[in-house]
Amino acid sequence: MRYSALSIFLNGLRGNKGWAPAWRDPAPKPHYDVIIVGGGGHGLATAYYLAKEFGVTNVAVLEKGYLGSGNIGRNTTIIRSNYLLPGNNPFYELSMKLWEGLEQDFNFNAMVSQRGVLNLFHSDAQRDAYTRRGNAMRLHGVDAELLDRQAVRRKLPFLDFDNARFPIMGGLFQPRGGTVRHDAVAWGYARGADSRGVDIITQCEVTGIRRENGEVIGVETSKGFIGCGKLALAAAGNSTVVADMAGLRLPIESHVLQAFVSEGLKPFIDTVVTFGAGHFYASQSDKGGLVFGGDIDGYNSYAQRGNLASVEHVAEAGLALIPSLSRVRYLRSWGGVMDMSMDGSPIIDRTHIDNLYLNTGWCYGGFKATPASGFCYAHLIARNAPHQTARAFRLDRFARGYPIDEKGVGAQPNLH
Amino acid sequence: MASLISCPHCGARPKEEFSIRGDAGLVRPAPNAGAEAWFDYVYLRDNPRGRHSEYWHHSSGCRRWLIVERDTVTHAVHGVRDAALSKLGGEPA
Repeated sequence: MRYSALSIFLNGLRGNKGWAPAWRDPAPKPHYDVIIVGGGGHGLATAYYLAKEFGVTNVAVLEKGYLGSGNIGRNTTIIRSNYLLPGNNPFYELSMKLWEGLEQDFNFNAMVSQRGVLNLFHSDAQRDAYTRRGNAMRLHGVDAELLDRQAVRRKLPFLDFDNARFPIMGGLFQPRGGTVRHDAVAWGYARGADSRGVDIITQCEVTGIRRENGEVIGVETSKGFIGCGKLALAAAGNSTVVADMAGLRLPIESHVLQAFVSEGLKPFIDTVVTFGAGHFYASQSDKGGLVFGGDIDGYNSYAQRGNLASVEHVAEAGLALIPSLSRVRYLRSWGGVMDMSMDGSPIIDRTHIDNLYLNTGWCYGGFKATPASGFCYAHLIARNAPHQTARAFRLDRFARGYPIDEKGVGAQPNLH
Repeated sequence: MASLISCPHCGARPKEEFSIRGDAGLVRPAPNAGAEAWFDYVYLRDNPRGRHSEYWHHSSGCRRWLIVERDTVTHAVHGVRDAALSKLGGEPA
């Protein structure tokens, strides 16, 4: 069923009894051309673009929990393409362009809201770094504006501009950045893939990868063996565990990242504001809750929950930036497991095993990449050649000496 | 995770007193060990789901390097020992 203003109106008249489930709940077939491990944003987007753009429809997406139980349902919904390096910048800009047309493309309201993303700076050195980043963005055709202190003050008057340690000097603004309703992204892609014939199989955990003469021929799952021509891993948070089933050792550590939502407030922040120096970022959801977070907890973790120390740290940083937060109550918190790669950049590549494909290492920036990741991964799987904007995301780049170290902190995953 | 780490020198201390360096199972190769051994050491990780031993520095306490054995799923701490002393073969008192 296509959604439209008319379908909403007519269903309203009929007591909203006419809505059908947005996707089927099929039993697994014995064999698929492509099996995607992981029914998160990236896995579902990959299935969607495989079917829609590349005509590969005999596809299954295997998800061990329910759709949206991983990081697609556990993030702060921010989209942006304010990247510095040539390997990253065109890729995230492709993602931004796909976001801009996403709802029309998959006929689902994902609440794409280009409210802008503002990165604050607090020193001459930081201003110079952001000036350079903004110039790099504009050279790549991405929008960027350097705002001075007065311009930031007009936009966000409630910030603590005269903070003793981090006085606000200005900010780098990307007007096209913003937020998207994260669950709706999963649902929209799932519906779009399903309607083109993709089987989305939930509550189906992959427990082993079966190989014959070195080649992958299928996966052992909690619903039995399922054969496949190509196996595509997109199991963020558990990439190490799944790759291990094929004997693949990865440049990945798993870390937990927490985020928080406050009680609902009247309209307060109409953009996304980041306070990198203090490890804090915030936006306001359409329901009124402030959505905010900070850094990863810093030690390896597979638990989808955090600890109170990080809650306190984020609250302190938030208060330093926005003193009026002192009266705001936290409504809830959650933690997602991040695949932290060793240079802070993702991996989309074939592995040394012929029909095994890998999509991992999104660190804590995977959500904004969802459309481009799915598109480029689908391209790789369908054509056996990397999409031109994802060519730098090779698995062997570390060994070859071409890491994409956006943050410049070296092979230290808990710092990216 | 457990909010307290039992430092063998200082006793149970809040974990905010510590800085974390990561995997304590990595063995630094010889300088001439070759590119592959160094790639392995610098970039590849076991990243286990379960028990994991890692370096924690008691940076706001005794400033000793410790090896903390911790479960990455339950966050339970199974053991803490002094890194240097245990490498010399002796456990701290």
